[in-house]
Amino acid sequence: MIINGVSIDDTFAEAFGMRGTRVIITAQNHKWAFNAANAMTGFATSVIACGVEAAIERELSGDETPDGRPGYSILMFAMGSAVLMKQLETRLGQCVLTCPTAAAFSGIDSGYPEITRINLGKNLRFFGDGFQISKKFGGKRYWRVPVMDGEFITEETTGMIRSVGGGNFLILAESQPQALAACEAAIEAMKKIPNVIMPFPGGVVRSGSKVGSKYKTLIASTNDAFCPTLKGITKTELSPEIESVMEIVIDGLTELDIRKATRVGIAAACALGAENGIKRVSAGNYGGKLGPYHFKLREIMEDDSLSNLAGATA
Amino acid sequence: MSALTFTLKIQPQQRIDLSPLTPDTLAGKSVADIAAISLLSGKVQLRTDQVFDISGDDASDIVFNNSNGKLDSIGHGMKTGRITIHGDVGSYLGFQMKKGEITLHGNADAYTASGMADGLIHINGNVGDFLGAAYFGDRKGMKGGTVIVTGNAGERVGDQMRRGLILIEGNVGSYCASRMLAGTIGILGTAGEYIGYGMRRGTVLMTQKPTLHTTIQDCGTHTLPYLNLMFKSFAALPSKFAQISKNRVQRYAGDIANEGKGEILVLV
Repeated sequence: MIINGVSIDDTFAEAFGMRGTRVIITAQNHKWAFNAANAMTGFATSVIACGVEAAIERELSGDETPDGRPGYSILMFAMGSAVLMKQLETRLGQCVLTCPTAAAFSGIDSGYPEITRINLGKNLRFFGDGFQISKKFGGKRYWRVPVMDGEFITEETTGMIRSVGGGNFLILAESQPQALAACEAAIEAMKKIPNVIMPFPGGVVRSGSKVGSKYKTLIASTNDAFCPTLKGITKTELSPEIESVMEIVIDGLTELDIRKATRVGIAAACALGAENGIKRVSAGNYGGKLGPYHFKLREIMEDDSLSNLAGATA
Repeated sequence: MSALTFTLKIQPQQRIDLSPLTPDTLAGKSVADIAAISLLSGKVQLRTDQVFDISGDDASDIVFNNSNGKLDSIGHGMKTGRITIHGDVGSYLGFQMKKGEITLHGNADAYTASGMADGLIHINGNVGDFLGAAYFGDRKGMKGGTVIVTGNAGERVGDQMRRGLILIEGNVGSYCASRMLAGTIGILGTAGEYIGYGMRRGTVLMTQKPTLHTTIQDCGTHTLPYLNLMFKSFAALPSKFAQISKNRVQRYAGDIANEGKGEILVLV
């Protein structure tokens, strides 16, 4: 399959089941909501060392948030519910409770077959040292915690669902600037898809890994088959003209959300085409034995029903 | 199906307990069954058809016409459906109501919504004392749901109230929110003396500053973002409270003679 001169490999991205949650952060204005949301999703690129993969999903206007203030929705994914709950609590406590004017609300209440309620501000309320106040509106419990700038408002719980993490594709280009330009175009398009995040810096990762290492203590190491500088000395996957490879990793609330994001991302990269040095699109997998979700690139690019950009609620 | 309608046809000498006539107790009953239900009035039992003309057949939508202040315990413990009342009612309207909706076009007497757990009571008129308060010997008053009163309320509104929302568009008597445990009371009019007496937690929202006793303390003026959430939840209610949009308040906390985590918020 060739799109605009870019060859799409007959391969698939292998992804895993994760636990996902959404939190709505609001504040006096977008600037301060961003400060809280950005801090809360900081150091959250990969579950390997960060515990969670998290990022801002999108900006919200005042009429989309529970308290009518501007805000951001963020998505957080982890390999298990315990670690997700722990990370949510510590990050909320250090990054939103601390941030002037910021408040936190549940981002998943309905639309999924199985929603588990997990603590949002439920334990954080004890920061109020007995002065915290509970209020219940519309069946939801909120906590008012007195803080130095006024009151920190948080919903007691948010919704957690079974979701999918580790969807990915690789962009292979003739030069590093061209690979990055294609990734930037892909990310720009993918950001418009709801229910997904690309957790790496700017949405792009350059250090794809393989399982194992020559060093016994390492469980993963650089993916030498895709390292352009090793073309002559390793069993390479790269043809002579490829000078740079970059990867986009996608976590989504459902499999369909990731399929949609993969499609628009690859389409945006291919729009630059071979004339801009974009030569190939591939994907990372472990032979299909580890992850239950397989995102076959060619199948996704042929499935026109994925062009409907609305989010999935499976 | 038309609403099951009870039209009062006698002038009761004694109070009549109407607690057997709720949507859940009448569901599936024939007109003859309903007519034979006995109602307690003083020491005598009256058949329902001795007291009311009965028409209609939809027990989930009950209407009382020509009602008067001798009719007690309407909507007692009701779990579902709707009751609409034209005329006054006696005491215990919506007593221990679990769910559903009561609309009253008239005045209600004491202990309205006492022990109520959920649902909506909308009173287009005035109510007597102990609205949403704890019944004798109970340690908790209203435990949930919403009460809207377009007129005035008597004394001891929300006494020992535990949760829920009472919105009064008129004035309230003395000892409003006394011994209140939690929940929210909104008052657009004036309040009598000793508002929040012995209040432990909970919120009283007012538009005018009441007379406060010494153990209610001023905490200054604030813009409280949680009020946005609260007013948003009011927006769907059939009440003047739906139009409140400002969230700047003078906050008084108390009763510091009794834990003191309650608050009286006066919109400024």
